[in-house]
Amino acid sequence: MKTNKKQFLTGAEVVVRACVDAGAKMMFGYPITPGTEILSHWIREAQSRLIGGQADKSLKYLQTEDEIAAGFCMCGAVMAGEKTFTATAGPGTVLMQDALSMADGMRLPVVVIVVQRGGPSSGTVIYSQQEVNLAIHGGNGEGLRLVYSPSNLTELYEYTRLAFNNAWKYNFPVIVLSDGFLMKTRQLVDLEKIKIKNIETEAIISENTQKNIRNIYTFEEELGEKLARDKKDFEKMAGEVIMSEVFCGRGQVETCPYEELVIAHGIVAGAAKEAVNALRLAPLAQGKKVGLFRPITLSPFPAKELNELAKQAKKIFVVESSMGQLRDLVKQNLEVAVEVSGLYKPAEGIESEEIVKLLNC
Amino acid sequence: MAKEAKFCPGCGYPVVLRFLHTILKDKKLDKKTALGLDIGCSLLAWDALPINTFQTHHGRVVPTMVGLNRAKPELLSIALVGDGGAYAIGLQSLLWAAMRNDPILVIVANNTVYAMTGGQMAPTTMIEQKTDTSPAGSDQPPVLGPELIRGLSPKAYLARAAVNDVKQLNEYLNKAIEACQLGNFALVEVLSFCPTNWRTKGAETNERVEEMKRVFKIGEF
Repeated sequence: MKTNKKQFLTGAEVVVRACVDAGAKMMFGYPITPGTEILSHWIREAQSRLIGGQADKSLKYLQTEDEIAAGFCMCGAVMAGEKTFTATAGPGTVLMQDALSMADGMRLPVVVIVVQRGGPSSGTVIYSQQEVNLAIHGGNGEGLRLVYSPSNLTELYEYTRLAFNNAWKYNFPVIVLSDGFLMKTRQLVDLEKIKIKNIETEAIISENTQKNIRNIYTFEEELGEKLARDKKDFEKMAGEVIMSEVFCGRGQVETCPYEELVIAHGIVAGAAKEAVNALRLAPLAQGKKVGLFRPITLSPFPAKELNELAKQAKKIFVVESSMGQLRDLVKQNLEVAVEVSGLYKPAEGIESEEIVKLLNC
Repeated sequence: MAKEAKFCPGCGYPVVLRFLHTILKDKKLDKKTALGLDIGCSLLAWDALPINTFQTHHGRVVPTMVGLNRAKPELLSIALVGDGGAYAIGLQSLLWAAMRNDPILVIVANNTVYAMTGGQMAPTTMIEQKTDTSPAGSDQPPVLGPELIRGLSPKAYLARAAVNDVKQLNEYLNKAIEACQLGNFALVEVLSFCPTNWRTKGAETNERVEEMKRVFKIGEF
């Protein structure tokens, strides 16, 4: 009998599945809406998991006293060689910067699932795209982090799997930047079609090592040299991990001609795709030459890919649920003189009709 | 010790490190130990011993060692931290590690000041003690770490020693490590010298520790 491998899962369930499949063994977390279900699903999984009919007790967890402790426990666990992650949101992402900054400095392979909610402050518990800057530049350093922005649940699974592999391969902190809508939504997904081979971990500290590791330096040149090495490694990694997508309507090739370029990331890119599709399919006389560019890795940013497209564009529209955090990333990386405008709705969802309207103005 | 320590002349930390290392070697644990260091003067121990050591963040060595220990219980996880890191900025994590009875050893060096930053008021600063940030004298009673934790963590090994009585320090550190090996949380507070910030000379430095003992009772709790 042919079995249907598609499953009807929420974002939080998908994250837990991805972490288990990636070989993660530990989660340290503190409840915060809209990311709490990742912690509760992980704990349920850890308590009920069976392998060959036998109880599998290999998954561990701790609900910590705060996000700071969750972050530092995670740092300690990865030093011991265990694939470990945490999940947080909004004010929790702020507190998480303490540990993330240590991970930046010590090149620790931590994975953080960020579930964006409205800000500043406690903001809303619902949704936003306002933690882009925090995800990349929240530490007191240079922002050498790998940040993925998935736009649907299949991608949430895929990029969470990649997050663990690339954290342990390149030794930079990795953030999967999701949001409250994505985490709470339930979609039909076929996760088994995504084949990713897990990479092995190596303990930083063990019985077989005798290491003295610092994160504070006596001389300014020492830190300067360390950062130069980190930057070089980061650029090498960039060549291997940068991901982006170009969309010109269903059935259209990515190299189709266009004049207007929409740029969006995460769940907003889903709405932008619908908008681009609708605009392309409009009767010929009104049909617009419009395309979507979607950075999948926000850091390192797909600058080369952006500039290739920008050369052909007459106008760029940035669409995002923040006042311009993606726009700033685009402008930082743009080497072509082209007009940039956009639709900025901090902490509010964006529907495809709004994007269609923007482009028809 | 592996290298020349970077501590100030007369500092108490090298005394603690030296005894800790001897105990670890005697117990054949030196290869099976991870020594995490808080930020403060404790950070200076980063390459003082030929064992696994690493610096963390100010106030965060305890949760880091909790995570390491949970991932790798075979390693003895030790956190070396000052009084500010342990009882002010890191108190929340310290109390929770003790309440959960995480089997890690926390060694707190108590010199009644924030020493690395130049002698500011610490959670352990004694009443009427003058510091950089309490120039008129502190009016707040100091935090008594082991006594505070005693009521929260029934299985924890808790003790207070002083660097001017190394026999007792040695005994408490030994017992604390054994407690960890039995699966319990352990904390040893060590009354430590800080002649740089106290602006004291040899005998006065020792006398200051004796004064501290009147406020911070030596013993097991």
